Amino acid sequence: MSVSIRGLGHSYAELRTIAEIDLEVGEHEVVGLVGPSGCGKSTLLELICGLLEPSAGTIAVGDAGTGPARLSRCAYMPQSDQLLPWYSALDNAALALRNRGLGRREARAQAGELFERFGLAGFEATAPSELSGGMRQRVAFLRTLVAGKPLLALDEPFAALDAITRAEMQGWLAAALGEDPRTVVFVTHDVEEALYLANRVVVLSSRPARIVAELDSPGPRAPDRDAAVTAAAFVAVRERAMRALHEGSR
Amino acid sequence: MRRWLLPTLLLAALLGAWQLAASSGFMAEALGLESFLVPSPAEVGEALWQNRSLLAENAWVTLREILFGLACALVAGVGFAVAMHLSRVVLDASYPLIVASQTIPIVVIAPILLVWLGFGIGPKIVVVALICFFPITVNVLAGLGAASPEAIKLMRSLDASRWQLFRRVETPAALPSFFTGAKIAVVLAPIGAVFGEWVGGSAGLGHLILTDNAQLEVAREFAAVAVLSAMALILIGSLALAERRVVTWR
Repeated sequence: MSVSIRGLGHSYAELRTIAEIDLEVGEHEVVGLVGPSGCGKSTLLELICGLLEPSAGTIAVGDAGTGPARLSRCAYMPQSDQLLPWYSALDNAALALRNRGLGRREARAQAGELFERFGLAGFEATAPSELSGGMRQRVAFLRTLVAGKPLLALDEPFAALDAITRAEMQGWLAAALGEDPRTVVFVTHDVEEALYLANRVVVLSSRPARIVAELDSPGPRAPDRDAAVTAAAFVAVRERAMRALHEGSR
Repeated sequence: MRRWLLPTLLLAALLGAWQLAASSGFMAEALGLESFLVPSPAEVGEALWQNRSLLAENAWVTLREILFGLACALVAGVGFAVAMHLSRVVLDASYPLIVASQTIPIVVIAPILLVWLGFGIGPKIVVVALICFFPITVNVLAGLGAASPEAIKLMRSLDASRWQLFRRVETPAALPSFFTGAKIAVVLAPIGAVFGEWVGGSAGLGHLILTDNAQLEVAREFAAVAVLSAMALILIGSLALAERRVVTWR
């Protein structure tokens, strides 16, 4: 499902968060949003998902233009994992199915299949508080995937993780998207992460946000992550992205 | 171990000191009283044993007032809190009144209740319920509002209805506050019951304490106080136990 954003502007009361943004995201494309902290990246994500309504311009997810219609096509993964501590890992992952009216057993069975496929087998009954940071993010991502929506909106999915776990999780997410392709828009403050995971990286300015640069990734989601991010072409694009980021935060 | 040992030792030391001061006649002399007016713990224990059936009978009366009053407060308090949480109109209309109602001393209401409801168990239940209603309502209301905005956004994007959000996120999030309110209520309930009996009653520990005081049966009076606080302790203990079984994620 594609996303089409035209002349988008947004403000909270007096505070202008987004100046004017035009952005197209194609079917099964992965787009990474980077920008200085507090620039409105997360707001943009919530606007796309239909959790917020724009003050100006239009957003369409497929042919859905209104907030509720967009919301029904987007699965949102918040910045902190927000796993519900009163449910097990599997029940958390199955939340969307339960909300859609499936019985507990059926919902658990469906989510359980994904646990097998994505390396979480054996952790079904574990309480979120007993999972490591990386495992929590995996469960949170599966919960988003299980919702079965065409567009995934991920807000700094790996920000809380240490460098090694984060690299591992990027590889895992790349593999997961290889198996189950979706249209993805995600926010990160890590340019390398954005360029590795996304087909295209959009660099935003500081508030009010506008687009400073759009850069194509030279090797999105390559199987060998370490080789991909050290390749000369990758490093060159990263340089350009960093420079755009600096310009935009002035 | 330490959790139990230290308070037990302190209690034993206090009782020992009291025993010495009372049985040596030191305390009565210091207060300028007849020695039977200053019973030692041993004498209180003796009074407890000798009057066990009388105390048990009256304890049962008071316990029923406490339990019925608590039950009414729980139903009304939780019901009101949920209504205020779900409806902005109900909240804005009734919250200031509920807070203001707490400025009316129960001491003033109890005699009126006696006129309206007679000398039976009715007015005692109402006094207990009135005292317990406020801490339960306020804590449950705060607990229902404690769910994080991120979790609510997440649930919206996972297609949750208002009812599903309430059931799967807000209610579990409110449980710890609910137990906090219930514990405060349980501590206050015996005060309400005893006061209700003082204003107009023919049975119960409060009534017994009042008549013993008039008849200078000080040892039995202390015994009744001991039974009353033991009852409250058991109630708090059962609540704490229930909390540990229900709120497993903390």
